Amino acid sequence: MANAKEMKALVFGPVFANNPIALQVLGICSALAVTTKLDKALVMGVALTLVTAFSSMFISMIRNHIPSSVRIIVQMTIIASLVIVVDQILKAYAYNVAKELSVFVGLIITNCIVMGRAEAYAMKSPPLMSFLDGIGNGLGYTVLLVIVAVFRELLGSGTLLGVEILPLVSAGGWYLPNGLLLMPPSAFFIIGLLIWLLRTWRPEQQEKH
Amino acid sequence: MSSNNESIGKTFFVVIGLCLICAIFVSTAAVGLRPMQNENKLLDAQKNILAAVGMLDGADVKAQFEKHVQIRLVDLDTGEFVDQDPLTYDYRKMMKDPAGSISLDEKDDQAKIKTRAKIAPVYLAYAEGVASKNVTSLVLPVHGYGLWSTMHGFLALDKDGNTIKGLNYYEHGETPGLGAEIQNPKWVAQFVGKKLMDDAGNPAIKILKPGNADATSAHQVDGLSGATITSNGVQNTFAFWSGAKGFAPFLTKVRQGALNNG
Repeated sequence: MANAKEMKALVFGPVFANNPIALQVLGICSALAVTTKLDKALVMGVALTLVTAFSSMFISMIRNHIPSSVRIIVQMTIIASLVIVVDQILKAYAYNVAKELSVFVGLIITNCIVMGRAEAYAMKSPPLMSFLDGIGNGLGYTVLLVIVAVFRELLGSGTLLGVEILPLVSAGGWYLPNGLLLMPPSAFFIIGLLIWLLRTWRPEQQEKH
Repeated sequence: MSSNNESIGKTFFVVIGLCLICAIFVSTAAVGLRPMQNENKLLDAQKNILAAVGMLDGADVKAQFEKHVQIRLVDLDTGEFVDQDPLTYDYRKMMKDPAGSISLDEKDDQAKIKTRAKIAPVYLAYAEGVASKNVTSLVLPVHGYGLWSTMHGFLALDKDGNTIKGLNYYEHGETPGLGAEIQNPKWVAQFVGKKLMDDAGNPAIKILKPGNADATSAHQVDGLSGATITSNGVQNTFAFWSGAKGFAPFLTKVRQGALNNG
């Protein structure tokens, strides 16, 4: 059985040391789409964390019975079921956010992070460790999404979580919002800058030539 | 790992078993959460109706709706109110139900909706509360086909049944940033104060190519740039719903004073 230190590494490792977006560059498409507002990014992060954690746990529980010829289909079935349930829960308890996220919750199914953790980790590890690994990677995804969303919402629309921080010129204030930040390409720039910062801070993440 | 994992029998067993478990899991969640989802949908519709008529002020939506809005059902062919419980009438279902709808000829079907319900709900708004018995505006549900999707909206009219007070598209699948701009408050604001029909009672709203509309005209509105087909869809929606197969019979009655004498 693994010790506490190993568990801690599983949960917090993916946040900076092995971030799924910044180091493995997975799950980029949803990171571009849902980071225009902080609340959307948070809900998306929570949804993805739950799906990754529980899908990894269930897959790990039956990993010794999955025939390798159909293992991807089996993983997809579990992930898809969880995503549908998460979507239903959001529609029941957070209707407005669910409406804004629309298809992106459904697209968690195709998010490389979920599949990647299932195939790379959960197929070989016990359930508890797989669960923690899912939490950790979801956390890494959420942290990066939140950082990007803070920049985009604050500088793009002058608000944070819908609360006005920088009063806009159009509403009689002084801040002229940067429209580019509301469009998907800006997330590319911000993620690029974050990757650069992270790899300067931790040179071991730089790729060898 | 046992080697019989790869046998055909085991493969089928695992796949079918897993599918059964997942199906039960998903359907339990879907059925169990449905009442709450319907509640949310209803609240959302109420919010959109209030927004169309400009009464949404951040207060409790449900209380606001109950205080200011009355739902009535209208027979679209005759334009008369129908005495039927509006809360149990499912308009969306009746649109497609052969028993509750009529199918439209191609020449009548400007909005490309193929079938139209016989009875439609209208929402009467009372600025001073339903108890004042003084209807100040009415909201009509409209829908029509755009580029990709059926666009559902609420059209708010003044009590004269002709002056537009607001337009709120609440459900559509148009392209974000182009066609989806039909929800943009700046674009919608153009419609406010325009007249739905001309003096002869014919549909008159004209959506022109962007930049060509005359702001002083009673009927002209600028289309959306980069979204010609969506703009045409909105034009067609107006043409249909203010025409004889749409709300025209009802609106004629409204102009004769059907709202405030009983």
